[in-house]
Amino acid sequence: MKLEGGFINNLGKVYGVYTLGFLGFVILMAILEAMGVPNTYIGWMFVAFTVLIYALIGVLSRTMDSNQYYVAGREVPAVYNGMATAADWMSGASFIALAGGVYLGGYPYMAFLVGWTGGYVLVASLIAPYLRKFGCYTVPDFIGTRYGGNLARFCAVVVLVVASFTYVTAQINGTGTVAARALQIPFEVGVWVGLAGILFCSMLGGMRAVTWTQVAQYIVLIIAYLIPVFWMSNKLGYGLIPHLAQFDAVQRVQELQLQLGVGTFLPSPEAQAEAGRLAALKVGINDASDSLYDRWRFFTLAFCMMAGTASLPHVLMRYFTTSSVKAARQSVGWSLFFISLLYLSAPALATFTKLSLLDPNVATSIIGKSVAQVTSIEWIQQWSNVGFLKIVDGNGDGIVQINEFFMRGDIVVLATPEMAGLPYVISGLVAAGGLAAAMSTADGLLLAIANALSHDLYYKIIDPKVDTAKRLMVARILLLIIGGLAAFVAMQKLTGILGAVAWAFCFANSGLFFPLVLGVWWKRANRAGAIAGMVGGFGVGAWYLYQVQTGMTPWLGIDGLRFGMIGMPVSLILMVVFSLMTKAPDEETQKMVESIRVPKGRTYVETH
Amino acid sequence: MATKSDQLQHWEATKRLTLITLIIWAVVSFGINWFGSALNSAAFPGAYFMAGAGSQLIFVILVFWFAARQNRVDELYGMSEGD
Repeated sequence: MKLEGGFINNLGKVYGVYTLGFLGFVILMAILEAMGVPNTYIGWMFVAFTVLIYALIGVLSRTMDSNQYYVAGREVPAVYNGMATAADWMSGASFIALAGGVYLGGYPYMAFLVGWTGGYVLVASLIAPYLRKFGCYTVPDFIGTRYGGNLARFCAVVVLVVASFTYVTAQINGTGTVAARALQIPFEVGVWVGLAGILFCSMLGGMRAVTWTQVAQYIVLIIAYLIPVFWMSNKLGYGLIPHLAQFDAVQRVQELQLQLGVGTFLPSPEAQAEAGRLAALKVGINDASDSLYDRWRFFTLAFCMMAGTASLPHVLMRYFTTSSVKAARQSVGWSLFFISLLYLSAPALATFTKLSLLDPNVATSIIGKSVAQVTSIEWIQQWSNVGFLKIVDGNGDGIVQINEFFMRGDIVVLATPEMAGLPYVISGLVAAGGLAAAMSTADGLLLAIANALSHDLYYKIIDPKVDTAKRLMVARILLLIIGGLAAFVAMQKLTGILGAVAWAFCFANSGLFFPLVLGVWWKRANRAGAIAGMVGGFGVGAWYLYQVQTGMTPWLGIDGLRFGMIGMPVSLILMVVFSLMTKAPDEETQKMVESIRVPKGRTYVETH
Repeated sequence: MATKSDQLQHWEATKRLTLITLIIWAVVSFGINWFGSALNSAAFPGAYFMAGAGSQLIFVILVFWFAARQNRVDELYGMSEGD
């Protein structure tokens, strides 16, 4: 295929052909399945084909130019940057665990959905366009230049590394899980296979390669998420468009919850002990509570996730790649649009899965049926064998009750195809989608860490005279080391995916939210304030998390998922107090702040 | 050539627009969802709708609206990238 006018001008054509090619591949797999090719081969081909494509894009995008390596040459159009950000943002947790979270967690869990989308309003209005105008390569680059001095830069690097590293281990864990299942290899091997794919995408081309693989990964993950949701909804007769039909289903689920005793009929301690970490359904789908405590918990969770979104460097740095400030703002809108295509579908999927399992009028239901009957269902057997669900007949009556069916939230997405009796090709597609989601996020995070270490720590602090070739070499070596380290930590399986993800948001907002926002919006903010804000906010937040994790009763219900509610106020107060106690920033800095507040003119970094 | 006062006025307008955006954001995120239980009725699961879909949809529109308005502010005071 010959491209007139280069790659950037032909993006529509390139990704159009790619999308059709991918759909063709899915159809080919469906035909192979019908011809009797074993499921294992189909799973292999899905993973191999998609990962090869990403690696190919990664190799084709190799570069030795630092502007290309760090910010993709600042020529990514708003819509494509939106897709890349959506893939960067939607992790293995969003893809695999979100719908399951809504299923098990009910209404209170949906605070995550509000938080993870509302955060983009803060990104668009408070931070991203201004950082784009500033023209930096990394987030610590902004902190270091705005406040001056190596110490401020170093503090930002530390917060970035801790937050991103917490997050990336969860992603590599996710790639390992999916690779292990699809390829039928041990989890530990799966982790390294996943890492190899991730590094292939990012090593040679940095941000440029990651951008164009993330767009490709977004296309795979959204197709893989939406096809099963629509298919299931239509096949089980819930309606043509599940997003519209879900509200009637919610009403029906609420009736069933009363009949079945969701929230009142809890598992016995013995049954729960036997089920281990699997969970029974205990929270209502729409139980918005009147209690002040519950409302406060909803508010604090949503707020922590929002401020975290606006402080996570791997998200913010995506907006450094757009061609203009105007494009950066629009790009935030596109990001949120592409994200919402998946986030709007997750509750619908959770609700229909609930209806399929709970409603006695539906053929697929299991609650209220005999244990013998349920354990003979094929998908129940398959997922029981891998420890994802368990039936514990606590009262010994031979009937499956709501408090006797235990599961891992992940199966809401992973088992949908089997539950609804869809062909195996859909399971392969879901595996490819989960892998794309986890890989794209891991790519962005690893790059954020390696770039901060190579650009801010090595180039700006340790050896400012080093030439570009050596800088980029150091960046690549760091990428390898950090990837290896993350894979090693992921193998230890320290926390579930979601715990680690929520921590990353709170680390980021405790340490970086106010230094970033006030750096743009408050000219008087200075170095002493920023350092106090970062060290104090991050330090107190981390201390509080440690206390809660080691058994302290959380204050006012602020648990480990919400510790930003402790870190952020500390950061704000310290930053304001220390800024006011020390002298105002110099003329030069004040001018810099003025210059980033208007889109007009060249970036600050270019002119200095 | 933009004058100093153009730049000041531009910043005043930018601050106003940002404030309006943040007020809408706060009302949608926290105001409406705070009263989630009041949105529920026998006919429609309002709390579920707002938390699972409504808030997101409003945010998407809000960000695009903000981007368009801010561009107009930039152009009005001669502060856009084209000027």
